[in-house]
Amino acid sequence: MGMVERVREAFLLAPRADLPVWFERPICWPKLRRAAALALLAFSAASVASDLPKERQDALVHLLRHDCGSCHGMTLRGGLGPPLTPAALDGKAQAALEATILYGRAGTPMPPWQNMLSEAEVRWLVEALKSGSLQ
Amino acid sequence: MTPPRTAKPTKRRPRRIAVLATALAATLLLGFGEPRGTGDLGLIVERATGRVQVVDTTARTSLGTVEGLGDLSHASIVYSRDQRYGYVFGRDGGLTKVDLLKGSIVRRVIQAGNSIGGAISTDGTLIAVSNYEPGGVRVFDAATLEPVAEIPATYGSDGKRSKVVGLTDAPGQRFVFSLYDAGEIWVADLSDPENPEVQRFRDVGLQPYDALVTDDGRYYVAGLFGEDGLALLDLWHPERGVKRILDGYGRGERPLPVYKMPHLEGWAMAGDRAFLPAVGRHEVLVVSREDWTEVGRVAVHGQPVFVMARPDGRHVWVNFAHPDNDTLQVIDTETLKIVRTLKPGKAVLHMEFTPRGENVWVSVRDEDRVEIYDTRTFSRLETLNADKPSGIFFTARAHRIGL
Repeated sequence: MGMVERVREAFLLAPRADLPVWFERPICWPKLRRAAALALLAFSAASVASDLPKERQDALVHLLRHDCGSCHGMTLRGGLGPPLTPAALDGKAQAALEATILYGRAGTPMPPWQNMLSEAEVRWLVEALKSGSLQ
Repeated sequence: MTPPRTAKPTKRRPRRIAVLATALAATLLLGFGEPRGTGDLGLIVERATGRVQVVDTTARTSLGTVEGLGDLSHASIVYSRDQRYGYVFGRDGGLTKVDLLKGSIVRRVIQAGNSIGGAISTDGTLIAVSNYEPGGVRVFDAATLEPVAEIPATYGSDGKRSKVVGLTDAPGQRFVFSLYDAGEIWVADLSDPENPEVQRFRDVGLQPYDALVTDDGRYYVAGLFGEDGLALLDLWHPERGVKRILDGYGRGERPLPVYKMPHLEGWAMAGDRAFLPAVGRHEVLVVSREDWTEVGRVAVHGQPVFVMARPDGRHVWVNFAHPDNDTLQVIDTETLKIVRTLKPGKAVLHMEFTPRGENVWVSVRDEDRVEIYDTRTFSRLETLNADKPSGIFFTARAHRIGL
């Protein structure tokens, strides 16, 4: 098991809330470089959100309501999984939420979505959820 | 009742107009109170719009819609024993009593913040609802929906409340349910409705996610999400406690990520075998009803969600979790071979057999339609339009234990 996997494993198994922000993503330099590039892009283009085509945004919202919704509720007020309303996500770090979606959450039914969603799409979803624009 | 919505133009069926006319006629008849039975009726949940369609399984048509039922994601329905009323359990804690003959809401209460399903008592006088928030079961008078009893699902030393799943009725005015967070099974006897007698079974396994009771009402089986296996309670002999079955069915293989929880409600019993979905695996497990050991597995197209036996037990129909949810497979219960693979369309959520199983109705959520198949020839008989259809529930359920 390599360094990245070990960190990821530890991260997945550890209770999330007590972790400092820097620990919230496994360290992966190419990804960091990409993240930095994306961040720059975000600065220049007002927001990452606008980089996603409208149809893709609609598809993500559909997925969120109907597939994520089977656990989190179609109105995102929770079910077997926790609510995803802005109030419920308030104070939770963007990066931690992105990691939960990408890698899932060990010991719970939350599955990893990294094979179906790109990091940019996950970022857009978390931003949209936190902003309340999907309510 | 609102007449059926005019569907968008479609080339699918030349019989559309005839069907629409029949539906309108039927609506008018219903509206004027022409006597008719309800044994061939049912409800289809249109979950995004808080609406149900009243359907006729003989005419294979929609009779109209009933609106105003709130958040119907994951909604389920049980029926009064006279098969006239449907009790619709919504995600938002709404419990709605719908009159199928009048196509209207009789009464609607918001009984909790977040709920997952319900059941009707043996004698049809009580409705029980299982709630996530606040965790527990609430019981209502089936006639009036007035509250009768509350059973908080408290566990541990600090009085925490667990989400309740897998609520079913069992003979003898009992309701059986599982505590997701606590790993417990409770049996509540409501012979004296205001003083429910609750028997608790602890440490049944990690994260029971759904459950069922066999069609004879004898065995309650809870699926476990947190481990490979199921918890079995013999309701004829509760003193023998909860037994683990199919322990470690994954045999240490790492399960696949689960994008939709399987359901056990459609527990498929066929002859001396039972069929059930394996969690996180592309398999249907086949179990002997004699001693509850595994007798086989069927490799299927994806992770099974509903595994449902045709009422005669000859075939088992299976639908699948995202992203394989455009497909249905049919298993021959004798040879355990897949005899047919169908592609009804995007997001096949649920299926329901007509009372004796000659047809099956299939909801195809992302294509806004319900398909009706002949279960012998597998040919498509009819297509009905429905807005994001999810659960389909026919009134024949009224007379079946555990549905």
